[in-house]
Amino acid sequence: MSARITLATAARVMLQLRRDPRTVAMLLVVPCLLEVLLRYVLDGQPLEFQRVGTPLLGIFPFISMFLVTAITMLRERTTGTLERLMAMPLGKLDLLAGYGIAFGAVAAVQAGLTAGVAFGLLDLQVAGSEWVVAGLAMANAVLGMALGLFVSAFATTEFQAVQFMPAIVIPQLLLCGLLVPRDDMAGALQALADVLPLTYAYDGLARVTTGGFDSAALRDLLVVAGAALLALTLGATTLRRRTP
Amino acid sequence: MAAEPAIVVRDLLVRRGGVDVLHRISLEVPAATVTGLLGPSGCGKSTLMRSIVGVQVVASGTVTVLGEPAGSRSLRARVGYVTQAPSVYGDLSVRENLRYFATVLGTAPERVDAVIETVGMNAFAGRVVGSLSGGQRARVSLATALLNEPPLLVLDEPTVGLDPLLRRDLWGTFAALAAAGTTLLVSSHVMDEADRCNHLLLMRDGHILAAETPRGLRAQTGEDDLGEAFVRTIERWETEAAR
Ligand SMILES: Nc1ncnc2c1ncn2[C@@H]1O[C@H](COP(=O)(O)OP(=O)(O)OP(=O)(O)O)[C@@H](O)[C@H]1O
Ligand SMILES: [Mg+2]
Repeated sequence: MSARITLATAARVMLQLRRDPRTVAMLLVVPCLLEVLLRYVLDGQPLEFQRVGTPLLGIFPFISMFLVTAITMLRERTTGTLERLMAMPLGKLDLLAGYGIAFGAVAAVQAGLTAGVAFGLLDLQVAGSEWVVAGLAMANAVLGMALGLFVSAFATTEFQAVQFMPAIVIPQLLLCGLLVPRDDMAGALQALADVLPLTYAYDGLARVTTGGFDSAALRDLLVVAGAALLALTLGATTLRRRTP
Repeated sequence: MAAEPAIVVRDLLVRRGGVDVLHRISLEVPAATVTGLLGPSGCGKSTLMRSIVGVQVVASGTVTVLGEPAGSRSLRARVGYVTQAPSVYGDLSVRENLRYFATVLGTAPERVDAVIETVGMNAFAGRVVGSLSGGQRARVSLATALLNEPPLLVLDEPTVGLDPLLRRDLWGTFAALAAAGTTLLVSSHVMDEADRCNHLLLMRDGHILAAETPRGLRAQTGEDDLGEAFVRTIERWETEAAR
């Protein structure tokens, strides 16, 4: 692994993002607008907004980073730039870390802006620390990035890559407890939810909303971070130097 | 010609999509030459080049490049590779692309302007690659491989669609590089480029039909025109295969 190549890759990805200001604007503005929308959809149920506002804030980075990474990595694969890089003295970790730094920075700005709007303007409140919310949001961003990298190996077109979003993200959203408490679900679904990483992300965010940062919230954070690491390792194995 | 070949391929078998694409071929590429890899579309030129660079999964056989197994870590900075489809970032400018690849290769940033000059892209250095023509994009892709002046260059159809003057200049550059000790393996299906090579590999349907100098090929077939000489070689090879 080389710091020079990692940083150059991060800078290159940033430069590419800068060439696409519309995507950056959407990444940053849409989550804020969705929080505002949620606030007024739940105008008559302020307690409900307090319950789901924070978890949703922490989950946005997961969705955006999943999509952005799946598409960008697919482009690297299909335009031959990945093949070129793999024939150069670049480590797979350099590439992954370079993307991680660039997209992580975007995720941090996204989470910061959304939190600013939600906590500052919409009067969303958390009992625990906002920093834990930020930590969980970043862990979710890395998790989304890792899953996006992984699925990019199984898509041959951008259409396919986008279709992985409903296939991988929406079931986790439905099962995590955001819409219906998991205790009210059928036993099989509860068991399924128990092995999905977004469940722990939701739990952690829900705990911070109502209480402080306790050992249970720490466990949730660790599970999400572990899942992200696992997905990243799986994703790295799809970066092959030799292809058929 | 140096004694030690830059590339040695022995009994290389490559299967793609369940079909044998290279049928246990063997060949050598002499060092410090421009070697042309010629053959019709689909005969396996790109597959052979990918095997030499070490990005192709091979079924069996050996590929030795600069004395080491193809794809070895230490070869990655010593083999320049240009894929057939231009592989550069469409949303970066010409110079930004080259700066990034220069950093990855650990090359001095001054080389960026030098290679832009070599491929005749000075006027477009600041242009975003996505807004360039296909041939211009191919030139940026070629420039990338020239950045770190590697001892071996593997170029997959680098001159397709280029204006004749620039094509002549680039072949001049290839010859100068070979004279200075670089080995170049250049694929093409344009016969008039064959004459610019020191050495030729003729390919068809995943077989190597001939490995000769242009002069040797002419002498062997009694044809002065290299295109005709290639046709004769194919005919002879097919009658031999039929027997
Ligand atoms: N990704 C792939 N999967 C399966 N088969 C492939 C793949 N790429 C190429 N082939 C097949 O392998 C054979 C050799 O292809 P290759 O690209 O090496 O030919 P080529 O000589 O470079 O042709 P061209 O001059 O058109 O570039 C062809 O029959 C092709 O259909
Ligand atoms: Mg080809």
